[in-house]
Amino acid sequence: MSLRRLLIALTSFVLLAAPAFALQPPKGQSEFVPVNEVPAADQLPAAPLLIVAYAFVWAATLVYVWSIWRRMNKVEDDMRALAQKMPHR
Amino acid sequence: MFFRTAWLVLKKDAAIEAKSWEVLTTTLFFAVSCVLIFSFAFVKEGRAVEDAAAGILWIAIAFSGTLALGRTFERERYGETLRALLLAPAPRAALYVGKLLGMLALLGLAELLLVPLVALLFQATLFARPLLLIALLAGGTIGFCAVGTLFAAMLVRARSRDVLLPILLYPIIIPVIIAGVRGTAALLGATPDEPTAIMWIGVLGAFDVVFVTLSLWTFEPLMTE
Amino acid sequence: MRKVFGPLAAFTGLMFVASPFVVARAPFESSMGIVSKIFYFHVPSWFAMFTAIAICGAASLIHLFRTSPRADRIAEAAGEIAVVFGLMGLVTGPMWGRKAWGVWWIWDAKLTIALLLEMTFISGVLVRKYGGPGSDKLAAAVGIFGLAVTPFVYEAVNIWRTIHPLTSVVPTLPATMAVPFWYCVTAYMLLLAVLLMLRVNLGKRQAALDELYLAYED
Repeated sequence: MSLRRLLIALTSFVLLAAPAFALQPPKGQSEFVPVNEVPAADQLPAAPLLIVAYAFVWAATLVYVWSIWRRMNKVEDDMRALAQKMPHR
Repeated sequence: MFFRTAWLVLKKDAAIEAKSWEVLTTTLFFAVSCVLIFSFAFVKEGRAVEDAAAGILWIAIAFSGTLALGRTFERERYGETLRALLLAPAPRAALYVGKLLGMLALLGLAELLLVPLVALLFQATLFARPLLLIALLAGGTIGFCAVGTLFAAMLVRARSRDVLLPILLYPIIIPVIIAGVRGTAALLGATPDEPTAIMWIGVLGAFDVVFVTLSLWTFEPLMTE
Repeated sequence: MRKVFGPLAAFTGLMFVASPFVVARAPFESSMGIVSKIFYFHVPSWFAMFTAIAICGAASLIHLFRTSPRADRIAEAAGEIAVVFGLMGLVTGPMWGRKAWGVWWIWDAKLTIALLLEMTFISGVLVRKYGGPGSDKLAAAVGIFGLAVTPFVYEAVNIWRTIHPLTSVVPTLPATMAVPFWYCVTAYMLLLAVLLMLRVNLGKRQAALDELYLAYED
């Protein structure tokens, strides 16, 4: 793709996107909603959430590593089976 | 050469379509059924929920567009003309543009039918600012078709292509749908919110530029197999 | 596998084990108390995901235009890992949000488009699995388009001002919060590197197996 086409594309992109950045829609909230404004019945204890979040990060990592390990074992098994068949040809 | 090829591809597709009108009529009918199903889904106390109009319009466009995309390239695969097209001594990107223009024409016709239908069923004041609405629809349709044509073309030889097309397409074009719906909704208020709609048209335009360029750029390597 | 992998993996594990202690020493954020500490696991997850997406996109570009099997393996690995980190971000975020905003999920721009990115890269994994021959190039296209959508994600928060924290929060962190934050970011980046090495290695072994099959059939 030529440089000229790239420049045209970039320029049009900037020109078209400019109104999007210039004309902001009505401002919503820009701060956190303080937690004491949420009805008491809705509030959850915080510490378990934090612990679950941390535990989930560990769990996700370990599950993924285990999945890689499982697939690797399968590949190695297939390779061994194939290598056994090869010398007989 | 480039635009001649694109024009020839478009004419070829139009000529084939004109024999039976199969894709056009079934797409139109599907679009209408979509809108009807949604109106039944969103009816409350005998009247349709008003704010749903913008969303329903764009969902109908997205769904009928997805079906039409699959069917247009199915023809090429069925007739085994895809290889002939790729072997032609013409820039590959021109094939893409020809197909894109065909899809745009098809969806444009569908929208001609859908917009009045939605306006009627939902008492939506879609025609308050017709030019802005046309700009929104054009921007959104171009964005949808640009990515859709590319993905449909590249999936034509893949397994499970029917279900893979929506799976691959929808996450990429949903930002286009969001901008379209938000822009249309801005136009549907008691007093149409023009600055917001214009902003969303700008966002759609930016999207279109990015994705048409990206699609033109990647069409060649994707179809080289 | 490179020799650096073992020590790197061990070090990364240690960093993660130590992270609660590092995070605990950071002061509480003014309005939210202890739950704001999820921020130290949530934001680095997204940093890692965006990095993985960038790697996947670059490798996809290379593979698409130069057909490099190595780039394809890296793209495949980075795509999968982007899904894993995205999942972390999408789970830790609502946990924070439920406490801070009272709701599990809000359809504001940043959450919506983050979810879309996750779905894009899941679709990339699906197309590799079910697309049949030639799906490496299709997945490369998905990776590239996913990368192209990413700037719109980051700008979305600046265009739609909603209740999600502004993106300018990170540069203005006071030092006592910045240290644990960047510690966690480093830990996540190292984790990204470790997972990439593992997954690319798997890809290499699979490619070797495929070649063995081809040789066997000859």
